[in-house]
Order: sequence, then structure tokens, then C-alpha cells
Amino acid sequence: MPKVSALNMPDVPMGLPSHMELQRTRVSCDKDAPTHTENVQASGAYASVGVDNSLRLDQFRKNFRVTVVRLTEDDMEFDMIGIDPSIANAFRRILISEVPTMAIEKVFIANSTTLVQDEVLAHRLGLIPIKADPRLFEWKDDNKVSNEKNTIVFKLHAKCQRGGPRLTVKSDQLKWLPNGSEFIDEPTTATDSTPATGSTPKTFTNFDHSQASLPEFANNPIVPKHPDIIISKLGPGQEIELEAHAVKGIGKTHAKWSPVSTAWYRMLPEVVLLQDIKDELAEELVKKCPAKVFDIEDLGKGKMKATVARPRSCTLCRECIREENWEERVSLRRVKDHFIFTIESAGQLPPQELFTEAVKILEKKCKGLLDELS
Amino acid sequence: MVVMKAMGIESDQEVVQMVGRDPRYGFMLLPSIQECANDDIFNQKQALEFLDKKLKPSLYSSNEGKAFGVLRDFFLANVPVRELNFRPKAIYAAVMMRRMMDAMLNKDAIDDKDYVGNKRLELSGQLISLLFEDLFKTMNEEVKKRIDLGLRKSAGRSLPIENFITGDSITQGLERAISTGNWDLRRFKMHKKGMTQVLARLSFIAAVGQMTRVKPQFEKSRKVSGPRALQPSQWGMLCPCDTPEGEACGLVKNLALMTHVTTDQEEGLSPLISLCHSLGVESLELLSAEEIHTSNSFLVIFNGIILGKHRQPQRFATSMRKLRRAGKIGEFVSVYVNEKQRCVYIASDGGRVCRPLVIADKGVSRVKEHHMQELRDGVRTFRDFVRDGLIEYLDVNEQNNTLIALYEGEPKEEITHIEIEPLTILGVCAGLIPYPHHNQSPRNTYQCAMGKQAMGNIAYNQLSRMDSLLYLLVYPQRPLLTTKTIELVGYDKLGAGQNATVAVMSYSGYDIEDAIVMNKSSLDRGFGRCIVLKKGVSTLQRYANNTQDRICKPLKKGETDRKGDIEKMRILDEDGIASPGETIRPFDMYVNKEVPVNTKDPVDLQNVGFKSAFQTYKGAKGETAVIDRVALSSDVNNNLCIKFQFRETRRPELGDKFSSRHGQKGVCGTIVQQEDFPFSERGICPDLIMNPHGFPSRMTIGKMIELLGGKAGVSCGRFHYGSAFGEPSGQADTVEAISKTLVDKGFSYNGKDFLYSGITGSPLQAYIFMGPIYYQKLKHMVLDKMHARGRGPRVMLTRQPTEGRSRDGGLRLGEMERDCLIAYGASMLMYERLMLSSDPFEIQVCRTCGLLGYYNHKLKITVCSSCKNSENVSKIKLPYACKLLFQELQSMNIVPRLKLTEAS
Repeated sequence: MPKVSALNMPDVPMGLPSHMELQRTRVSCDKDAPTHTENVQASGAYASVGVDNSLRLDQFRKNFRVTVVRLTEDDMEFDMIGIDPSIANAFRRILISEVPTMAIEKVFIANSTTLVQDEVLAHRLGLIPIKADPRLFEWKDDNKVSNEKNTIVFKLHAKCQRGGPRLTVKSDQLKWLPNGSEFIDEPTTATDSTPATGSTPKTFTNFDHSQASLPEFANNPIVPKHPDIIISKLGPGQEIELEAHAVKGIGKTHAKWSPVSTAWYRMLPEVVLLQDIKDELAEELVKKCPAKVFDIEDLGKGKMKATVARPRSCTLCRECIREENWEERVSLRRVKDHFIFTIESAGQLPPQELFTEAVKILEKKCKGLLDELS
Repeated sequence: MVVMKAMGIESDQEVVQMVGRDPRYGFMLLPSIQECANDDIFNQKQALEFLDKKLKPSLYSSNEGKAFGVLRDFFLANVPVRELNFRPKAIYAAVMMRRMMDAMLNKDAIDDKDYVGNKRLELSGQLISLLFEDLFKTMNEEVKKRIDLGLRKSAGRSLPIENFITGDSITQGLERAISTGNWDLRRFKMHKKGMTQVLARLSFIAAVGQMTRVKPQFEKSRKVSGPRALQPSQWGMLCPCDTPEGEACGLVKNLALMTHVTTDQEEGLSPLISLCHSLGVESLELLSAEEIHTSNSFLVIFNGIILGKHRQPQRFATSMRKLRRAGKIGEFVSVYVNEKQRCVYIASDGGRVCRPLVIADKGVSRVKEHHMQELRDGVRTFRDFVRDGLIEYLDVNEQNNTLIALYEGEPKEEITHIEIEPLTILGVCAGLIPYPHHNQSPRNTYQCAMGKQAMGNIAYNQLSRMDSLLYLLVYPQRPLLTTKTIELVGYDKLGAGQNATVAVMSYSGYDIEDAIVMNKSSLDRGFGRCIVLKKGVSTLQRYANNTQDRICKPLKKGETDRKGDIEKMRILDEDGIASPGETIRPFDMYVNKEVPVNTKDPVDLQNVGFKSAFQTYKGAKGETAVIDRVALSSDVNNNLCIKFQFRETRRPELGDKFSSRHGQKGVCGTIVQQEDFPFSERGICPDLIMNPHGFPSRMTIGKMIELLGGKAGVSCGRFHYGSAFGEPSGQADTVEAISKTLVDKGFSYNGKDFLYSGITGSPLQAYIFMGPIYYQKLKHMVLDKMHARGRGPRVMLTRQPTEGRSRDGGLRLGEMERDCLIAYGASMLMYERLMLSSDPFEIQVCRTCGLLGYYNHKLKITVCSSCKNSENVSKIKLPYACKLLFQELQSMNIVPRLKLTEAS
């Protein structure tokens, strides 16, 4: 008889017992509260039952998968499978607050006779998403001069004629000035207003050459992402003349630099029928669910059985387990390592690039940490 | 009895008959009759003589006949005496006695003095007419005096009367009374203060709310509960919720939504009186004393005057009401049959509160579906309903003769009226609250006070106004959960708040004691942003010597600048006035005004000396404002008047006050980044987080339903309603219906969502109650209140730090704080706080006489002025206030002597 470990005998249970495995991998969404929401990370968490819970890189490599479910110009949904919620959350957090974009930061108002107050006007301008790749620009800190590498200048000049109808100023009237500011930065007093001949007057920016000459912008002028954002409304005789300077920033400083409307994930829903649900009960169950998760399978001879057809569309309204006794029949769960990730881009960058940017930022942060540690 | 005799009712029997033949009345009258007999008063003449004696003796004339005059002119002055016929007065007095004796015999007959039906509101018209009458009569007297004087001088020549009516005493009197609010009318013994108020334009609701306010006359200091308590008779007339907290609680009231206050009838009263007579009222003159109180008849009392009696009171009342509904008599005339007092009251006087009700015949409403259709088509207005006898106004008294059903379709025969809508028992301010009938009552009262402090829109002309202080919201919204009142008042067009997505959960520990946690991204995107507009005025005064203030050009760079003003003149225009659109910092000049040095004596106008009197902007340090508008106008005295409006835009910061519409106020406890906020399965991230501990003790169920309704509203795209008591009539969505919508849209029926923590990324261990609630930003902001001081100005007299934020004052270590330090024994700390940090002062004390000396700087010695030497003088440190006390005592001939001992 060959020597074998006692633990390898076929009738000795290996791995986690099923209820613990369930707790480890699923959030169970009960009627009153979700339970087992926490993520067990400690490598020795199950040491007492002889299970190693440590994360193995090769294991991770094998299991980790990303599947894109939907991808449009502005939003994207993809599944991220086999990852810890903290990492998924890190991507979400970076997307919201740390991926840089360009947004209007300084507004030089030459004239504004609208009802909209200057500060409010500036605030509204700031929130307009600008379709410009932030990776082509440099950071600008306060004491640095604005140049073609860190600033995008827009001009807005709208006037409502007297006697005419009211005018709605929309974001498409923001005109890109590839050559920089046109406003002359006059000294505080007008005494020495003798312009030096030959040299161009000093403006608020210091552009060496036109941004339009850069290959990136040659055929792709910088415009606001949406042409129909209402900036202000002008009554007859009112006028707005201003220049808006956009710089690079991150969402942590101000939400206007956030590249996403929002980015979030949800864990994959899992709906399990704990008992066979037949006939009237099955019909009842199908009727209950507003998200149409369940279907009826015809067993023939007038017999019916409920099946879980579309668990992914479960919104967790808990309608199916609301009534008495139903919690014993249906169990709503979430898979802890399967994330349905949604990115709604604000328009500066396409969502798939946003995500890669976020990954790069996280990578850089990790590198930074490692550098600090070593 | 004497008075009755004096009024010509000489027979005791007749008096008793007038009062009523019940032996109990007779028994109570007996002592009085006895007294008459004892004093030998049997006829009118004897009675009058007796009364004459009782009058206060006057120096100038005998009292003879005076009692008669008093009886005629003052006694029961509301009952007219025609041709010396005292009979109506006597009957009136007898009825009064009867009622009094009723009250003595039977406690139930006592009138409730807080009963709203017996109250009258004074409206502006009445008050102004009274004021005018007083002023007009005063003017007449003056004119008469002047004419008399003129006649004496002119001796018979004709004098045009216009010449004597000079001056503008009436205008002045009216202006004075209206501007100060003091109604001092000696003629009517009226001394009222605060009769006029400046309409508060702090918010739209404050203005509307102020216009419905009812202020009582008696003073607030009395600690009585009766008039403050809720009166059942104020149902539908006065709002049960809207009253201030504190000393005026329950005294200051507000009108309900549909209340109408009657005004005095224009055409006079005689048509109504003759109508009563033609409807079968037997005139008093025709009745014998015995007939007045017969068992089968009711007295008819018209505006407090007894007209006569009627044998079929119900029929009389019904016919009067029929005439009113047909529009033959005024719509606000009330007819009220009081069975207990056996009277029919007809009232057409001003100041009664009344409200419209739908008339029902045997429980069936007169307003039919086709009427409503006409109303919707715009063919019919509310007035038409009243004119066609479908709706009528009832005052508090007449309501007692009705049976009012809340809703149509109650199967009772006796129902005479149906409420138009139950939500109208609330006033304007309480009408903004969604589901107020689910809230604990005081919460609604709190909201009524708080709604007036909410920032939002003031009025449609808000940007053309020049208010001294104006708070506006940058992006005001219409509440997702509206009420019928909101639509009627127009709050949906001039909102004062924003719909915030609220998660009811605890977060971060900075949300204790009602603090709320706010989402920074929401603030970035404009939530709670507000504009504060402040006014600055500068007037160019003209003086007696024809000199005038002037505005000067600002100094240019390079010009001589003695006082360093050039930096302050940064934003001045060429004309010396700041121009709109400029950013202004504290201490920046906005008008460079100069005033003449000499304003009294005549001076050469070409050569007037001027001194600078520029005005600078005073605002919070480090904050800047923008000049919104500059207006040039002239004031009352035709001086040039320059008004500036300074604009500050503020985003919410830590400590700013917010409130929902349920009396749940709270300050912003912390502002958290969006990525740290929890998010739902659909990616929704709340705008603010509220601690659930706010609910159990406050019991504001209405807020929870608002959240549910708001959530259903945003998900199905329909504004939901939450009018008071509106569920049965469809003016409020029921929780069942809301839950159904929520489920249809994939939410849980109970409004709780599955949220993920934004910090760890794992799901939260509870479902979170989350949805939109309308939040108001209140005008109390940290920026206007925060204050700290290291060093700063001191009061001249005591050399102690000044008091109050406006004077950059110190923070007082008060008596109780001092007690704590004493008890703790922290003597050095106390020494520092009470002396070193306040008003330390060094004095020289003479050890021999104990009085204060001084230090002679020239001779460099210390001297005691009373001992005239410089020996034995010590230097000690004490608070300047203490030194001041010694000197003040000395000035009162009290000698405080300091006895110094060696410090051990």
C-alpha cells in the first residue's frame, strides 16, 4: 500500500466548506441588509481550516479577465473579473479625481452686460468640457507664464442687437485662439502708453508659435465638446466679450477637471433559486421582478418552472424577496470579484483611453511608492 | 336699577320684564330694587339727581343735568338715541344684565374671550381713516382758531376761507405715523407702536409671510397660556403652524390660505336694517317689555345693535342667506343663529375673518363637474362661483350653524357645506412643507420660521433692486415634491432651495448634532452657491453756507501721495467713483469724496478748503467683492446720491447653515471629495449625507416621504405632490403609489439602495435610504460670523478690549468662566486673562497715605502729590479699570487707600 497523506484521502473534505466559500466569494443581499460585504484578504484567514488565502500572481494572471460589453463615443461598460474591490475602486477613484484634463480656469472679461454675474459666467464656462487631449499639454503653475504648451485660449464675443430678439449664447460660440490671447495686458496706469514700435503689444499669454501649426491640432481644431451648452442669454443691447484660458488640472482640485461624468462599478449580480419554483409561484415571481430577471420554462403538461434568465439586469430592488417566505426560495447575491465597470466620459477623452490613463497613473503611483521604499 | 330709572323705565316691574321673568333673575335684581327704594329713587328725575351727585364735582359748572348727558352720549354709545328716546338703550342694558346673570347662574354661558368669532382685525384702511379723522379734526380746530383770530382783526370784511387752510399738517401727520409706525391719536385714546413695518425682502416667502401676519394688541410679556393656545374656532381662518417661537409664540398669528378679512360696508347699514324689518323682524319700539323675551322668539342683533325680535328665527336666517347667495346683499354679511342665547346675529362690519366654502344641498355639492370644466376652460372664475351661489364666504360665527364635510360624497343629510380643499387650513409658509400632516407639529412651526431665512429668489425685479442686503442663490430650483400651495403662491417660480440627493447614513463622524456632510464635486458644480449683495451709499451734502461736498479724481501714479492713498484708489474711475465690474478688496476706496472744512460761516466759494472723506469697502479680510452696479440718483433733499452695490459670490463652506423643509436645520460639518462618497449600483453619488439620528426624536415622517416622492419623481419624470391632508383628494401622492413607481423603475419599494463605499470599494453593510430632498441654504453663513482677535482696538475709558465682532472686539472671559478658573485654582492663568491680556497699568502708590502718586519724567522720580514727597512710593501693576474706580471714588469724596505689604 503506497504511502499517502491522510489529507489526500478522497472522503476528507478539502478546501473551504461550501458555506464559507460562499461567504468568501459572494455578498448575500438579504431582505434587511447585505451581509458578508467585506473582502477577506489576509493570507492566513483560513489557515485554521487548512486553506491558503494568499494571492498568487500567476493565479491572478490566469484568472484576471477584462471583457468590454459596450463601447460608444462617450461611455463604456466592461467586466473586470478576478480582481480585488480595492483595486477596482482605485481605478474608479483615479478616473474621477486624478486623470488630468483641460478646463477653463481664468476668464478675462472685457465687457459683460448680461444678467449673469461675472463670477457665475466664469463658473459656467469652467464647467464646459473642452475637447482637447490633455496629454499634449504641460502643467501650468501659478507663477509660470502662459504659453502655447500649457494654455488654450478661447474668445467669446456675442452681442444682441437692439430691437432684435433675445439671443442665447451657446458653447459653440467659444472660438479657439491658436495664437494666444488678443487682449493687451496694459500696465495698471495708462501713462506710458507709447507702444514700442516693431514689437507686438504684450498680451496675457506668451505664445511662441500658433497652436494651429502643431500637427495634432492642424486638422482638429480645439472646440468645446458639446456645441449646445447654454452659457448665457442676452437681451437686446447686451453684450459679452471675454477671453477664457484653459489649463491642465485634475478633478481633485475642482470637479471641472474631472474627465468623467461619473465612473462606477457594480458587482455581478447572481440570482439563485434555492428551491424549484413551479406553476403559480413561478408566474408570481416573474411578475414581481421589474427588471425581468426571471423567465418561465415550460415543462409540458401545463407544468411550469421559473428560471433565472437575466441575472445581470438585477437592480437589487429586492422585490422578489420582499414578501414572506420568499427569502427561502430566492437568494440574491453579488460576486465579489466580478466588476461591471461603467465609465461615462465627459468628452475630453474617449472612455477606453481614460481607463488606460487611470491604469498608468496607478502604475506611476505604485512605482513612486516602491522608489520611496527602496 | 338706578340707571334704568334714569333712562325712563320707572317701573320696577317693567325692568324685571325686560330682563326676563325667570324668578331667578328677579331674585338677583332684588337688592338693587331694594336700594332704589331705600334711597327714595322712584322716578327718572330722582334717579338723575342721584347720579348727578355721584359724578366727580367739577370746578366750573354744577353737575346738574350732567348725568343725563353721560347717559345720552357715553353710556352704550353704540346704541343711537333718537329724540331722547332711551328705550333702545334701556333694553340693551337689560339684555346685557340678563346675559350677565345667565353667566352667574350657569358657567357655560360665559363667552370664551379667545373665541375668534368675537375678534376683529384692524386693517390698514380702518387705521388710516382713523388717523385721517384725527388729523382732519385737528386741522379744523386750528383753522377755526385762525379764522376767529382773523375775524377779530378784520372786523367784518369777508375772508376767503382758503387763506386759512394752510400748511400740510395732514400730510406731515400721515407721513410721520406711517414712517415711525406710531399711531398716537389722543382723540381716540390710541397709542399704538409698530403699526407699520418695512416689508422684509429677505426672501420671497418672508415677504409673502409678512403680509399675512396678524399681530395682537396686548403686550407679549404676560405669561398667559389662554390666548397663545390653539383655538378650535381658528380652523381654516388662521394657520395652526405659523407662529414665531419665544415670547410672541401663539400671539402672533398668520392668516390661512383662503382667509378673507371683511371691510366696512360702503353703502351704509340702513338698507340691511330695513331688509330685516321687511323679513319680519318686529321693531323694538313696537314691543312691550314683556314681549321681548317670549319663549317662541329670538332677538335680532345687527352689528351689535338690537333691532327687534323674530318669531321664526330659522326661517329668517334662511331667507337672509338666500338673499346673500343671490347676491342681493353683500357676500360677507353673516347670519348666525345662536340657540343658546336665543339670538340671531347679523354682522356686516369690517375686520371679521371669513373663508369660502362650497355650498351643499343635503350633502350634495352645488359645484358640479360642468362648473369645474368651465373653470378649467377659463370661462368661469372664482368670483363667478360666488356670484352664482355655489360658493359662499362664512365667518367664524356662521360656521357654527353649519355642518361642513371635508370631502364630497359623505352620505349625511345634514351637511350644508363642503370644504374647498383641506390644505387651506394652513397658511403660506406652512403650505410649502410637503406632507406636513405626517410631521410632528413643532417641526412645521420651525420650518415656518426657517423658510423665511432661506436664500433664493426674492422677486422678479431682484436684479434691478437696490436693497441694503440681498441674498440670492445662483441656481435656484423648483422643488421636486411640490404642494398645491407652492403653485398658488408662485414658489415654483421663485424657489429658494435646491433638490439635493441625500443619503441618510452616518459618515466620518463630522455629522454629529445634525451636521451634514457635503460632496465637494456637487459644490464645484454649483450646489448651494449664493450671491450676497450689499449696498453702500454716498450723498453729496449741500451746506448752509452754499458749500457742497465734491468728488475728486483719483491720484495718478507718480503724483505726490502723502497718506498712501494711491493703493486704495486702485479701482476708481476718472470721475472718482468706482466703476461696475471692478473687483474690490477691503479698505479699497469706492468714492473719493471731499467735504468742505468750513460748513457754517459764509466763505468765498472760489476758495474753499476741503478735507478728504472717502468711503472704503468694509468686508471680510481676504475676501473680495465685485461692484455690481452704481446708481446716481437724488435723495429727498435733492442732493446727489450715489448708490453702490457690492456683490460677493460664495460657495458653501464649513459651518454654513442648511435646512430641509421640515424644520431640520444643520450646518455643513465637512466637505468630502466625490470619490470618497458612497455610490449606488447606478452610479448615483449623493450630494449630501445626513445623519439618521435626526429622525427618531424629530419624527419628521414627511421628510422621509418627501425623499421617496422625490426619488419616484426623478425616475418617472413627473413632479409629485405632497399637499397637506391631500391624500384622499389626490392632492398628495400616497406612499403606496410612490412605492409602486419606485419598484417599476427598479428601486426598492422602501427607497433604500445598495451602496458601495467610496473608500474601500466594498458594499456597505446596510441598505441606505437615499433620494432627493429639497434643501434650503439659510442666510446664516460662517463668513459673516467668524471672528478672532489677537490684538486690537481698546475702549478709551477703561482701556479694555472692545466688544463685538463689528468692532474687532476681544472674546470675553466671563464671570462663569472666571468661577471655573477660581475653582480650579489656575491663578496664573486668571492673572494673565483678567489683567495682562486686558488692561494692565502701572501706578505709583504712596505707602504712607495709600493714595496714587505719579512719575515725574523730568526729574525721574516718583512723587506722591498728597504727601508732597517722593519717599515711600512704590510701583504696582493693576488693571486700568481698577485705577479708574479709585479715581471715580475719589471724585465722590470717598478715599480709597491702598495698603501695601511686602510680597512674601
